[in-house]
Amino acid sequence: MTAKPATGRAPLLAIYATLVFAFIYLPIVVLILYSFNRDGVGGFPPRHFTWNWYSQLFADSSIWDSVLSSLIVAAASVVLALTLGLLAALALDRATFPGKILFRRLVLLPLILPGIITGLSLLMFAVFAGVHLSLLTVFLGHGTALISVATTELFAGLQKMDRAQEEASLDLGATPWQTFWRVTLPNLQLSLIAAGLLIFTLSMDEIAVTFFLIGRDNTLPLEIWGRLRRGITPEINAVSTLIFAVSVGLIVIWYHLRARSLSGTSQEPLEQPGEFP
Amino acid sequence: MYSRAYKSLVAIPPLVWVGAFLLLPYALMFVHSLWAVRESAIVHRWNLDNYKTLFTNPLYAEVLFRTMRIAASVTICSILLGYPLAYYLAFHAGRRKELLYQLVIVPLWVSYLVRGYAWKTILGSDGVLNGFLQYLHLTREPVGFFLYSPFAVVLMLTHIYTPFVFLPIYAALEHIPRPLIEASQDLGAGSLQTFWRVIFPLSMPGLLAGVTFAFVLSLGDFLAPLLVGGPSGTMIANVVQSLFGAAFDWPLGAAISVGILVITISLLFLSEFLEKRWVFK
Repeated sequence: MTAKPATGRAPLLAIYATLVFAFIYLPIVVLILYSFNRDGVGGFPPRHFTWNWYSQLFADSSIWDSVLSSLIVAAASVVLALTLGLLAALALDRATFPGKILFRRLVLLPLILPGIITGLSLLMFAVFAGVHLSLLTVFLGHGTALISVATTELFAGLQKMDRAQEEASLDLGATPWQTFWRVTLPNLQLSLIAAGLLIFTLSMDEIAVTFFLIGRDNTLPLEIWGRLRRGITPEINAVSTLIFAVSVGLIVIWYHLRARSLSGTSQEPLEQPGEFP
Repeated sequence: MYSRAYKSLVAIPPLVWVGAFLLLPYALMFVHSLWAVRESAIVHRWNLDNYKTLFTNPLYAEVLFRTMRIAASVTICSILLGYPLAYYLAFHAGRRKELLYQLVIVPLWVSYLVRGYAWKTILGSDGVLNGFLQYLHLTREPVGFFLYSPFAVVLMLTHIYTPFVFLPIYAALEHIPRPLIEASQDLGAGSLQTFWRVIFPLSMPGLLAGVTFAFVLSLGDFLAPLLVGGPSGTMIANVVQSLFGAAFDWPLGAAISVGILVITISLLFLSEFLEKRWVFK
């Protein structure tokens, strides 16, 4: 038998894959590099190393105000999306009710629907309900749209859970309430943390839905967006670099948790992570 | 095993919430599309004029076709980049597979805005690419057409959606039972034949998911055109956005949104239908 072509070496393919990686990472590398460039965001080669843009960034109070707004919105969205996502996942896993399939589709819709549609629908809703746009409306938008992410992640967790433990708990006299707190939730702990991190990151980065729901206080992405129109400085590179660093940190944590919560099963992603559309 | 009370307790809150904050808003969008604007105020006069405008005014068809062209280009480019990458990782990466897989995932988490902004600094007329070309003396003056063109939109969205396309394809390739591939080779098929007749058909569900994802997400994008697209890169969602903004014609904007929604959902159903056919074949 000859060599197995499907699993052997493939130098051309390896070069191609390297080029694709270069394409994926090039913009990020450029971004980071130019955040240390004294002479601005363009030109080549970058010369004159400086920390200047970072010190400017740290002194920029409107950026930090927007970071605070983003953190508040993201934290609140995590709580809302996890709570409702957990209930929705339990309902999809265990209950039968009329319209269940429709409900599942509706919950997941914000994952795939363009953000502009979800954003504008919620804007109309806010106007209809007479609510002024503020961080509260942004939170409602993020929290509601991200129930989709929580539901898929936690549903996957529930599907892998051993039902026998819950049965045993109920048989041994624990109330359903006790069983939920002492058996179901602890079993889902890793899925909950992983989903929470994902939701947090997505909310911190969200822009398409936020765009239409923002009031007076900007979130960080909207603050950056506003600055892009007024002309760009490497200060934006600096803040982007920090966002990148924090995102990478969160993924590393997320990935480890995910690997642990999925250990024993395949590593295949159950639902693609990524920005909710 | 679960009591009725338990089931209603877990089902009712998300049902109510999703009904109030997703279903109702989407329904409001639809209702608005049947209203009209008179003297810069929305009047609740039921009519189909907005939809008539969409079908009769060639401007909207033109933008929609451009949008579809851009979305299709993004989809094709993402596959051309994502499929070989997934194939390489699934079959040839050896021990580095896990690390490389994570390297593809990382950019998925990096802010859309950050990545878009990076392209803006690269493609601009005083950007990094132009600086580089002049540094090499390949061009003497800044090249203007990199930024603010449909090309820039396709480039930026391809960059964003390549990892999205990669993921399901990779998952599908990983799922192919290895004995099938060995059997094909043992029975005398060459590697090209093995690819086209065994591997490629079996990766179809993943490819389909990737295609749907890239196309649908690009279709409704309005930020990439604003960041790097310029007037010639305007997409359908930008029309919606301006109708909701300066132009103040919410009903017409809502009608276009309903159109986008219908196209998106039809594509999802089509993709689901095709996937079922392929899987059971």
